[in-house]
Amino acid sequence: MFDSLDADLILDAVASVLLVLGGLMSLAAGVGLVRLPDLHSRMHAATKPQVLGLLSLLLAAAITWRSWEWVAIVLLAWGLQLLTAPVSAHVVGRSGYRTKHMRRDLLTHDELASAVERISRDIPPSRG
Amino acid sequence: MKRPKTPLKLELPLICFLGFFWMAIWQDFTLGTFLIGAIYATIIVRVFYLPPLRGSGRLNLWWGLVFTLRFLVKMIAASFQVSWIAVAVGPKVKNSIISVQLRSHDDLIVTLTGHALALVPGSLVLDVDRTTATLYLHALDVDSDEDAERIRQDALRTEALIIMTCGNRSDVAVVKAEKRLGRMSGFSKTERDAPFIHRGGGPSEADRDAERAAGRTPERTDIAASADSPERTTIEEVEH
Repeated sequence: MFDSLDADLILDAVASVLLVLGGLMSLAAGVGLVRLPDLHSRMHAATKPQVLGLLSLLLAAAITWRSWEWVAIVLLAWGLQLLTAPVSAHVVGRSGYRTKHMRRDLLTHDELASAVERISRDIPPSRG
Repeated sequence: MKRPKTPLKLELPLICFLGFFWMAIWQDFTLGTFLIGAIYATIIVRVFYLPPLRGSGRLNLWWGLVFTLRFLVKMIAASFQVSWIAVAVGPKVKNSIISVQLRSHDDLIVTLTGHALALVPGSLVLDVDRTTATLYLHALDVDSDEDAERIRQDALRTEALIIMTCGNRSDVAVVKAEKRLGRMSGFSKTERDAPFIHRGGGPSEADRDAERAAGRTPERTDIAASADSPERTTIEEVEH
């Protein structure tokens, strides 16, 4: 009897730690959105810590419900987020770069600019 | 429009995944539910055509496990790092856009590498040059050549693990040859900026033999040097 009580206690403790961790990651994302200077840095803060944040929140939910079926569903939900998050981040980041919604003074290297310059130099003006 | 018909065998993994998906959303993990899901999946896959995913035909689960563990460790470490940057550095953060030329020109490998890099906090795939298999990464809090080089090496290591997991044989041979020779593919920023003649004299004759044996001619230097050629114009629209 004590054994099962202990197991319950441990699982609940793990779940609460994971919940707090997920909450902290959301908080960090919010702080990053406010504090970071330009579009691309904000993208880092807003999208990326959530990969871990969502995983810990979902795992906490699965542990609380104590069921393997929920673990499967949770991993599925996380996997779908893994598939979609980089796509949206890439599209926003790329359009941000192309429409120059960024602060160049914050960049120490810009190897994409040199590639763009090299290529646009080679294109005859009639096509460019 | 007439579309090429995909053999059912190539779509089987997708159908199995959708069958599992069906079981998961019904929360009923029984064979019957899976079969119904698989039937629906077959219909959907047939009606809504997608180009088939052609793998290389090999899959190494050991390297897959190594890749997954490395990915999880990096993701957790980097999540805390980005959170710390957001709180502590904030508005003064310096970023870099770093180009990484990958070894493999296989679309699947480039996509998987880009995904794996984009999911680890602190790096964001800004653009992809498909003809040269070059990823342009936006990296948070990078303000020196050494840091940029570290990010590039790290990206290439990620790609190496993905190639070892599911790449084709010639890419695997390249990775193994690199390991044997103790060098990484591609050029760092300083090497790229240097005039062509001063590029360390190129690989020795023994290196050339090894690379040839690995199924890749030592034309890499020539490819990189001729990157100015006009046919590499896939990202020309960046300007517009």
